[in-house]
Amino acid sequence: MTDISSLAPSAPTTSAGRSLYVRSDQARRRQTAETRFRMIGFIAVMIGILAVAGLLTSIVFNGVSSFQQTYVKLDIFLDPAKLDKKGDRDIEALNKVTTFAYVPLIEASLRKLVEDRGIVIEGLNPKKIGDIISKEAPADLRRYVLADPSKIGETIEFRLLASGRIDGYYKGRVTMESAALDRNISPQQLQLADQLAKAGVLETRFNPSFFTAPDASDTRPEAAGLGVAIIGSAYMMLLVLCLSLPIGVAASIYLEEFAPQNKWTDLIEVNIANLAAVPSIVFGILGLAIFINYAGLPRSAPIVGGLVLTLMTLPTIIIATRAALKAVPPSIRDAALGVGASKMQAIFHHVLPLAAPGILTGTIIGLAQALGETAPLLLIGMVAFVREYPGLPPEGIFDPASALPVQVYNWTQRGDPAFVERASGAIIVLLVFLLFMNAIAILLRRRFERRW
Amino acid sequence: MKFSFYAGAAACALMMSFAGQAEARDEIQIAGSSTVLPYASIVAEAFGENTKYPTPVVNGGGSGAGRKALCEGVGENTIDIANSSSRIKQSDIDNCAQNGVKDIQEVRIGYDGIVFASDINGPGFAFTPADWHAALAAKVVKDGKLVDNPNKMWSDVRADLPAQEILAFIPGTKHGTREVFEEKVIIAGCEEDGTFEAIVASNGGDKKAAEKECKTIRTDGVSTDIDGDYTETLARVDANKNGIGVFGLSFYQNNTDKLQVATMGGVTPSVETIASGEYPVSRPLYFYVKNAHLDVIPGLQEYIEFFVSDEMAGPDGPLAAYGLVSDPELAKTQEMVKARTPMGPLN
Repeated sequence: MTDISSLAPSAPTTSAGRSLYVRSDQARRRQTAETRFRMIGFIAVMIGILAVAGLLTSIVFNGVSSFQQTYVKLDIFLDPAKLDKKGDRDIEALNKVTTFAYVPLIEASLRKLVEDRGIVIEGLNPKKIGDIISKEAPADLRRYVLADPSKIGETIEFRLLASGRIDGYYKGRVTMESAALDRNISPQQLQLADQLAKAGVLETRFNPSFFTAPDASDTRPEAAGLGVAIIGSAYMMLLVLCLSLPIGVAASIYLEEFAPQNKWTDLIEVNIANLAAVPSIVFGILGLAIFINYAGLPRSAPIVGGLVLTLMTLPTIIIATRAALKAVPPSIRDAALGVGASKMQAIFHHVLPLAAPGILTGTIIGLAQALGETAPLLLIGMVAFVREYPGLPPEGIFDPASALPVQVYNWTQRGDPAFVERASGAIIVLLVFLLFMNAIAILLRRRFERRW
Repeated sequence: MKFSFYAGAAACALMMSFAGQAEARDEIQIAGSSTVLPYASIVAEAFGENTKYPTPVVNGGGSGAGRKALCEGVGENTIDIANSSSRIKQSDIDNCAQNGVKDIQEVRIGYDGIVFASDINGPGFAFTPADWHAALAAKVVKDGKLVDNPNKMWSDVRADLPAQEILAFIPGTKHGTREVFEEKVIIAGCEEDGTFEAIVASNGGDKKAAEKECKTIRTDGVSTDIDGDYTETLARVDANKNGIGVFGLSFYQNNTDKLQVATMGGVTPSVETIASGEYPVSRPLYFYVKNAHLDVIPGLQEYIEFFVSDEMAGPDGPLAAYGLVSDPELAKTQEMVKARTPMGPLN
């Protein structure tokens, strides 16, 4: 003891007699290497963050405007002379009146409005006035009349969609300069829109139909919505959950707890790991061959999509579940068996509840993966133009439907630039769903996870 | 926890119990060409709006894939109509016959123009097919000999074209548009500028081989195959202001604020010049109907008649407004569709 205390005042020295406070060349080299590595790591993280931030800002920047839409408020006289010539409000006869017959009603009402407000635009072709209203408007009108034929003969205020180009003008996509070159819109029409906006007839407001309306054809981007796609995706996720969770958990429990360790189980394990890496389009080919051509299930239906995505998700769930089961310490099983539980009781009463958070996390991540998948749906006819809402489940899963990523893919292929905005909007919706699912996974893990 | 588990299991079981009792299909299934897809969806939408039948489901996937799906067999899990931007091939008909698909109706819906367009702010172009052959062919005739294509600028091709680097974005080989481009532009140009004769003279009169040689596109980076759709071509032209892209007429008409169109042989492409046949680069668009499904799938006959009606496919209809060149012989098609006349052998 005295030896040490007598040494204390002097500086610590190395075996070679140098002071530890003076850095040797070797120590300096090691420290610079470490600083360098930290820098590289930091840069790598920064690149990642920048890439994600760039992607997100471009999507949000492009897409957030799709949640808004430009509308025109019009008082429309539902002219009996045009809609119901006989005047008996016979629904059969009304059904025969096509949307083409409703176009003049809208045009007449708009022209009257322009006249009444004293709006004069030089060089505006009167025939082009009606073009600022969406081609969806006559269909809206027709639906309204067919739902209640007694309204014929009355003047009713409608809020109609403005055409895609007019809408783009208020979102900065269309300018006076571009309109001069554009075949589908003229600067005079934009001036008219400005006058109407001043008069309070035309306004840009929140667009709930983006989330509820079905897809629309290339001539009316302003009417296209995600309704059918959201329902289709929801049905498929439900199917995937119902099928892959029980099958996946049962398979993993058997493999992890009951199966003998031999060549066969090894083979199965290797195959499951390989299946998780198979390109998703392969599952689509399989789906077409087995579910549609052999089993005779309908094309474009969520049932087939759900089955294909189940096949795709199963390996992910099995791998996650087996990892979760493995993480439960053997002492739990031993204790249960020690007090006389059967093997099955030990697993279902003690091991499975403890592994549940891990299983659920794996399942949700698998579902999130399946939600964003397009390629396997391509071959089973789900990458399609679908306008009819599928029915309620369970029968509804046999009706044609679309899916969220499919809608994004479809819209990016359309000729009209207005669809770019809608595709970005759909991506935002998809990302919100994914974020929500991942948040649930994190929450489950936080709340129920146990550490030993 | 326990309750929700049982509730979930019961809901799942209920859903599964319905599996296997698929009911009869009541919507029309269509697949095929991505060029016809926008027209088909415009018609499908209007059909759903104006009739008591549900809106048909329209898939893309390409002309070849659509015809293959049509020929898979007869039955509710096969498609009813295949859209196609090129005529059906004998191999498809054989394939159909093998799978029991016998009577097929061929319906020509109109014509599609293929246009050459560049950035709106660049110089304008007036091409001839020979210019395109001289710019893009792998081998051209120079001083009486076949040599590797040396042209770098459009002004090398023809002195009065702008001095702009040659950079072309042409449809990839899986597109139907590529075939038309090769046939109506490159091979036509090859014959026009005498290269075709030079090749025939040098290979001992083999015209087939000469045609193949003619349409071989140079691979030194001057020409880029676009395997995606026109939106990708547009993005490329947007990024390379010197680029010239190959587009469909309807796509160009939707983007006239970004693109300017080049004339071909002195003719500006438009619905009118294509209908009159003055503009040389166009092709017919078709759809093929499985006659065996006509009285099985509700609304199929009505859909076909609606498609070729004057309100839709006529010169003043929405399809023409979107860029389809309407067929001058539409009335004949309407009659044929009414009579459900199946197509005869290919000629």
